[in-house]
Amino acid sequence: MTLNITEIRKDFPILEREVRAGVRLTYLDSTATSQKPLSVIQAMDDFYRKSNANIHRGVHTLAEESTALYEDARERIAKFINAASARQVIYTRNTTESINLVAYSWARANLKRGDLVILTEMEHHSNLVPWHILQSERGIELDFVPVTEDGLLELETYKTLLSRRPKLVSFTHMSNVLGTINPAAEIIRLAHEAGAITLVDGAQSVPHLQVDMQALDADFYAFSAHKMCGPTGIGVLYGKAALLESMPPFLGGGDMIKEVKLRSFRPNTLPHKFEAGTPAIAEAVGFGAAVDYLSSIGMDKIAAHEHEITEYALERLEEIPGVKLFGPSADKKGGVAAFTLDGVHPHDVAQILDRDGIAVRAGHHCAQPLHEKFGIPATSRASFYLYSMKEEVDLLVNGIYKVKEMFG
Amino acid sequence: MDDLYREVIIEHYKNPSYRGKLDPHDISFADNNPLCGDHIQIDLRVSADGLVTDARFDGHGCAISQASADLLLESIIGKPLEEVKKLNKESVLELLGIELGPVRLKCALLSLKVLKAGVYGLREASDELVE
Repeated sequence: MTLNITEIRKDFPILEREVRAGVRLTYLDSTATSQKPLSVIQAMDDFYRKSNANIHRGVHTLAEESTALYEDARERIAKFINAASARQVIYTRNTTESINLVAYSWARANLKRGDLVILTEMEHHSNLVPWHILQSERGIELDFVPVTEDGLLELETYKTLLSRRPKLVSFTHMSNVLGTINPAAEIIRLAHEAGAITLVDGAQSVPHLQVDMQALDADFYAFSAHKMCGPTGIGVLYGKAALLESMPPFLGGGDMIKEVKLRSFRPNTLPHKFEAGTPAIAEAVGFGAAVDYLSSIGMDKIAAHEHEITEYALERLEEIPGVKLFGPSADKKGGVAAFTLDGVHPHDVAQILDRDGIAVRAGHHCAQPLHEKFGIPATSRASFYLYSMKEEVDLLVNGIYKVKEMFG
Repeated sequence: MDDLYREVIIEHYKNPSYRGKLDPHDISFADNNPLCGDHIQIDLRVSADGLVTDARFDGHGCAISQASADLLLESIIGKPLEEVKKLNKESVLELLGIELGPVRLKCALLSLKVLKAGVYGLREASDELVE
């Protein structure tokens, strides 16, 4: 079954926009943030027009409505990732904050000097820097699963690292540069056999693949709404209930407490224990609408469409003399094509493509160590989502030929 | 936008006159643009009376950052250091002959930032140097 892209594109008003007179937007930067369908925009608009009130404390009609909307969205997000319970779905600001929550709460309560945390060489800065901070503060040790030339994790080395009895294995489910889809279930199983806790950066996987918390058996799993058709400013930390219950609170304030005295407090139950202060309520409502939208289309169909377009893009890009692609073949990756063009800096590539309305990302994509590994300062990255078309890949390819001509 | 890649910029990017290193040198400084990973090192030779007698830059980056480094060094050779200290954003934009948005402005100004931090003998370069 293939998606009806013409119909789907009608759901995304921004895709109709002209970047400048006569030049329509070709949006190939969904890995940075996805565009938003009307249903999400309308859900948030409706919330502010009809139901806006603060949640959990009020007894008036609007407060009850907004609380119900906020909590219903959590239920639907929990179902979307097949969490056993919505209590295990903690709202955060984004994936970065979710990872930091684990680093500040779980890790500070459980890791001491000399304890080993295993990461990989393909991590986004958000799954590196929180551990660097803990390394200098606590003296924990970090080691890294290497990445092969083809952009895959070296699982044999991972097994060797596990014999050093790490306390935590934290890794990305899907690389935001290489597109590599890592064998998360296997990585988690091996970590558990070695007695380690696992944290998965799912920022790129949840928007594009069907993920199942119970089948994966992840201890912690982090993702953001804005990469999956939802708004910015809201994300999720999923965690196993026993772990979340054992953890100290992260941020203190309103809503995360059961009782406060002048000199003490008792924390609230899950998930509220980790949600201090007035949260992003309209954004939660939008997040709920986003998972409804994705479910109505079907994650399997979305993944199949992205696979088809990625395969086509890699094939077309590979034909261009001077283009070097990074990452594994299409069957092992999501909808990402990172590349360099001989003699032209990625920023210049992106800037010249922008002239034709083509939006790609250029830089190190918050994965500087990975670029260093491949000996390049930066790449250009085109990425695809459910609304991407083969025609857009053709525009990209034509645009790259124009860049080559200019730099001749 | 079409102006952004004027022939002169592409020409200075592809065939820079002042790319390289100076050994020995009197002043050397290097810095990155953390957003893009652009890197520029500038070496200067300075005469006893404070004139820039030779200058080279090394590094990698986009056409804007590399061309502006080349044009900048071309413009300061033979000039007194006191005059180099007075260079600012406008001086670089004048050399490039283009208008730039906030993101690409950082690319264009990296070389001036590195140059001035070196001339002032600073430990770290700051954006204030190129205001």
